[in-house]
Amino acid sequence: MKFVTVAGPPSAGKTSVILNTIGRLRERGLESGVIKFDCLSSSDAATYRRHGITAKVGLAGNLCPDHFFITNVDQAVQWGRRQGLDVLISESAGLCNRCSPHVKDVLAVCVIDNLAGVGTPDKIGPMLRFADVIVVTKGDIVSQAEREVFTAGIRKVNRLARIIPVNGITGQGAFALGRCIADTGDTDSLLTRHLRFTLPSALCSYCVGQTRIDPAFQAGNLRRIRFDT
Amino acid sequence: MSAEDVLVGRSVGDLIAEFPYVENYFAAIRLEVLDPSRSVVEILNEHPEEYFHDYGTSRADLAADIVDFVEQVRSQTEDRLGAITSVTVLPGRDKAGRPEACGLTVRPGEVTCIVGPTGAGKSRLLEDIECLAQTDTPSGRRVLINGAEPTDEQRYDLGHRLVAQLTQNMNFVIDLPAGEFIALHAESREVASPERVAVEVIAGANSLAGEPIDPATPVTQLSGGQSRALMIADTALLSASPIVLIDEIENAGIDRRRALDLLVGRDKIVLMSTHDPILALLGDRRVVIEGGGVRSVLATTEAERANLAFLTAVDEQLRDLRDRIRRGERVESDLAEEFTECWKTRASRSGDGPLR
Repeated sequence: MKFVTVAGPPSAGKTSVILNTIGRLRERGLESGVIKFDCLSSSDAATYRRHGITAKVGLAGNLCPDHFFITNVDQAVQWGRRQGLDVLISESAGLCNRCSPHVKDVLAVCVIDNLAGVGTPDKIGPMLRFADVIVVTKGDIVSQAEREVFTAGIRKVNRLARIIPVNGITGQGAFALGRCIADTGDTDSLLTRHLRFTLPSALCSYCVGQTRIDPAFQAGNLRRIRFDT
Repeated sequence: MSAEDVLVGRSVGDLIAEFPYVENYFAAIRLEVLDPSRSVVEILNEHPEEYFHDYGTSRADLAADIVDFVEQVRSQTEDRLGAITSVTVLPGRDKAGRPEACGLTVRPGEVTCIVGPTGAGKSRLLEDIECLAQTDTPSGRRVLINGAEPTDEQRYDLGHRLVAQLTQNMNFVIDLPAGEFIALHAESREVASPERVAVEVIAGANSLAGEPIDPATPVTQLSGGQSRALMIADTALLSASPIVLIDEIENAGIDRRRALDLLVGRDKIVLMSTHDPILALLGDRRVVIEGGGVRSVLATTEAERANLAFLTAVDEQLRDLRDRIRRGERVESDLAEEFTECWKTRASRSGDGPLR
């Protein structure tokens, strides 16, 4: 089974891109499923199922979504294999821009949208920087000039990735993404694999339920802004 | 240039002097250059481990990236597009699986109109061109660049840069004055003097739009005609893409003929989805799409061109009428007579021939 990680900021259009791409993969005779990692709630599984696509949602609740992802992802791959899928797509939102769900030797896709502003490629970290494919959405509503400035911004932080503009509404561009996925090799297990980059770390009093704002109650892995410089 | 030369052999100041774009690159990765007389390695060593970690890299990886980047700038691989002299679409199948009647070849400086009802398959044709289809899309079409099959690498590399698109849904969303924004676009294209180019682009836009654009006006506050004119001028003068796809140029507030002249003059391959008779006859040919396939390609004939003069006159008459309505006037004169009179005078004049 082929496995792909798709990550991107909320509302960038990941679900639309995935839906269109799955349609293109079907034309090639590949049956795809989706494992969606989300935080509090998600209606995406219902959306996928409406399109006849096998889908499952995992909710992180109060855990860091990335840590939740990595502790469940291999089980997700095993689930996908049991479903008899040809392709399993993992969809997760990069909520803090420091997220990096990409795994070494597993096709890594980052979805960002042209409306996010020209400074965005700079602000998104490893999720974009370590992607093999960068899908840029919502190009149909911004000017050509802005699209080109945006693409140049992406190139500054990730020189080698393939950049694929996809229109989430018409599906234009999904063919090229489908081709990337169809060309990728099989991943039957993620055991012993490594992440491309470390996950955001935190281990402090707030991780275990502290709510009070007071240095005396702040312990663990902390970093403070220097206001004296 | 060797890696050693980039990293330790010379100062960062020298490097930036020779490759000015390196400075933008350092800014993008927030690499602080306090002392430009130091080498890249010295500067990297001044940055704490945390900097690399936050950025998702290591000191060694970033050093390698910088070497690659300089090499890329040096060898000008940014512009691997090269000169495109023709794009050919070899016929495939329509939606019913029947073989397509014909293919088409388009060249720089030509305007090709794409006609056909909604859902006929215009966007599929465009997507085939964009992804340089090699009989692997549902249409089974094959696209050749300069008469040859593109390599796999070219397919991915050209894909997002081959076609510039201009549709009526497109807006400026960035919060910047027109002049500054165009300069920013020029900068991203690594143009030598972005400010000068911005002035040129705005002048180009002003030759198309009725009301001149003030470079200090934010792009989001331009009128419909002004932003359309700016988009066209910017695409003609600054866009990297050799092919421009236009989805109908609306009649209001913009000189459509000049807009096409501007694009054609910059050797763009213009594909225009339109049902406007004037625009259609201004083109070199019309590609007729039906049921997902190209049904025929009609080269614009002399007889059609001759009708262009008449149509342009009708168009001008209607524009005058619109202006009269706008000014709050009555329209009680005998229009049939007025129009006929005008056509007679127009017919005796020339100068409404094809583009260029």
